[in-house]
Amino acid sequence: MTSKEKIAVQIDDLTVAYNYKPVLWDIDLAIPEGVLMAIVGPNGAGKSTLIKSILDIIKPIAGSIQIYGKAYKTQRSLVAYVPQKGSVDWDFPTTALDVVMMGTYGSLGWIKRPGQKQKKAALEALEKVGMLAFKNRQISQLSGGQQQRIFLARALVQNASIYFMDEPFQGVDATTEKAIINILKELRKAGKTVIVVHHDLQTVPEYFDWVTFLNVKKIATGPVKDIFNDDNLTKTYGINYKVAVSQ
Amino acid sequence: MSSAQIEIQLIASLVAIACAIPGTFLVLRKMALITDAISHSILPGIVIGFFITHDLSSPLLIVMAAASGVLTVILVEFIQKTGLVKEDTAIGLVFPVLFSIGIILISKNANDVHLDVDAVLLGELAFAPFDRLFIKDIDLGPKSLWVIGTILIITVGLLFTFFKELKVSTFDAGLASALGLSPMVMHYGLMTVSSVTTVGAFDAVGAILVIALMIAPAATAYLLTNDLKKMLVLAITFGVGSAILGYWMAHALDASISGSMTTVLGLLFLLVYLFAPEKGLLSVLYRQRQQRIEVSLLTFLLHLANHEEKEERHVQHLNEHINWQKVQATSVLNLALKNNMITIDNNIVSLTDKGQHFTKEAIDYIITNKNSEIEHMKDRFFLFRG
Repeated sequence: MTSKEKIAVQIDDLTVAYNYKPVLWDIDLAIPEGVLMAIVGPNGAGKSTLIKSILDIIKPIAGSIQIYGKAYKTQRSLVAYVPQKGSVDWDFPTTALDVVMMGTYGSLGWIKRPGQKQKKAALEALEKVGMLAFKNRQISQLSGGQQQRIFLARALVQNASIYFMDEPFQGVDATTEKAIINILKELRKAGKTVIVVHHDLQTVPEYFDWVTFLNVKKIATGPVKDIFNDDNLTKTYGINYKVAVSQ
Repeated sequence: MSSAQIEIQLIASLVAIACAIPGTFLVLRKMALITDAISHSILPGIVIGFFITHDLSSPLLIVMAAASGVLTVILVEFIQKTGLVKEDTAIGLVFPVLFSIGIILISKNANDVHLDVDAVLLGELAFAPFDRLFIKDIDLGPKSLWVIGTILIITVGLLFTFFKELKVSTFDAGLASALGLSPMVMHYGLMTVSSVTTVGAFDAVGAILVIALMIAPAATAYLLTNDLKKMLVLAITFGVGSAILGYWMAHALDASISGSMTTVLGLLFLLVYLFAPEKGLLSVLYRQRQQRIEVSLLTFLLHLANHEEKEERHVQHLNEHINWQKVQATSVLNLALKNNMITIDNNIVSLTDKGQHFTKEAIDYIITNKNSEIEHMKDRFFLFRG
């Protein structure tokens, strides 16, 4: 990494524990601006926890996290978040458009209500993910892939600099996966930083240019072409990593 | 109608509205059980407040009750966080303890105070008009009307102010937190409002039936709409409707008002549960039946598409070969005919162009699972709906 690269996310000595059991242990991580990065690791490696800690949803017991050199609390407007699809109740009485509008709530702040400007931004985001035709559809009547696109549109409407996505390809069809990765690549082209919790090791070299191996501790981080190798996979997944790749 | 009758119905309606608003969010947050807990565990707060003021409509009672309601939630969450028991167990552990403290306090001091367990559990709306608020000898109406009216105005004010925050923290607490719209504040705010409303409704309907007023209207509304605002409006409508209908039912039967209100709420839910257009039981059963027929239709069309030879396409053969009951075979055949997908000539069934096209589309859909391609078919057929 050269010194003139800007660091989007800087994590130092981060430790997170649930009930005194560490799930992330002494993580140091610098994510350069403009990368499309995968976070990979086995189940229970703390991938989602890492994202949630950066977003201040989970309080760490030690360490510091900085977004462009400042605490997250002052940098919220620079960050967009796509949680795991399964983390919400899709039977909630609301429409696709309304869910996307929620992405604008951060810039609105407390009490202020969304207006025409927010609606226009939400409709544009829906169009970008190819879901404009479904804007008034109740969210439970969307397929898994469509629900994921709605979540992506909600993040796009935030017009952030850094995007965090927790398993955006889980339970989506191949077409949606391609559509999502194309949008993520476009974001990177526009100079945005995109960080994705990812499960399918086979697609890492095709989709991403940066990768972080995580298993409670940080195993390695860097450009995919330099560090995505058997050695790091073995360190992260144990001796059976090849089974994981072939799945 | 006498003025007392009007006052009772007015109080009941305000109670119903004040309950339906937090109730809607509790139902959506899957927290119906916590209402049960709160409605019981506010008892020690009310009793202690009553010991201090000797006035059942004193504001101090409401403050004390709200505090013990929020304490319930904090205790439940604390026990749950230890990871030793699940949430429902934690709820079951906390509220009986607090409730029994209230019961013991009442029974120990039963000789000194006019507060008995029956009134606490069931309330008595019929007596509400007799306890009136006077300022300098001017009759300002029943005290409970003022209490619940004030609570309702605050609740509605909070709802309008924080609607967006409530919605996003209910739907996606993670996002709300990341956006800086503290879901914790909303959570405890909602718990406080629920506790305060419970106390306000307490006089009228008692600790047990207030649960029905919070949960039943919201649960009924949930079955009828896919829009949060409409759900709120419907829940309020059902609440008020049941309150007034319940009052007149009690009048006709000479029975308990709160009991009658709850019965009407229950009957209303049952009706909607059975007959709601989309989510109702009958409509779900109908849809399942249609889906079954459509799967059969597709199987049938696929068989026709796969077989050029005439003997495979004879009506008689189809009955035997696909091995359907005669009734089903007839309904499938009729459905295909009605949609111009087949023609029958001398008992030989052939696919029309439309039938061929439909079969191909359907197969493509099943293989590729691309939603966009069958979007236009969704209105006509159940099979492809989520």
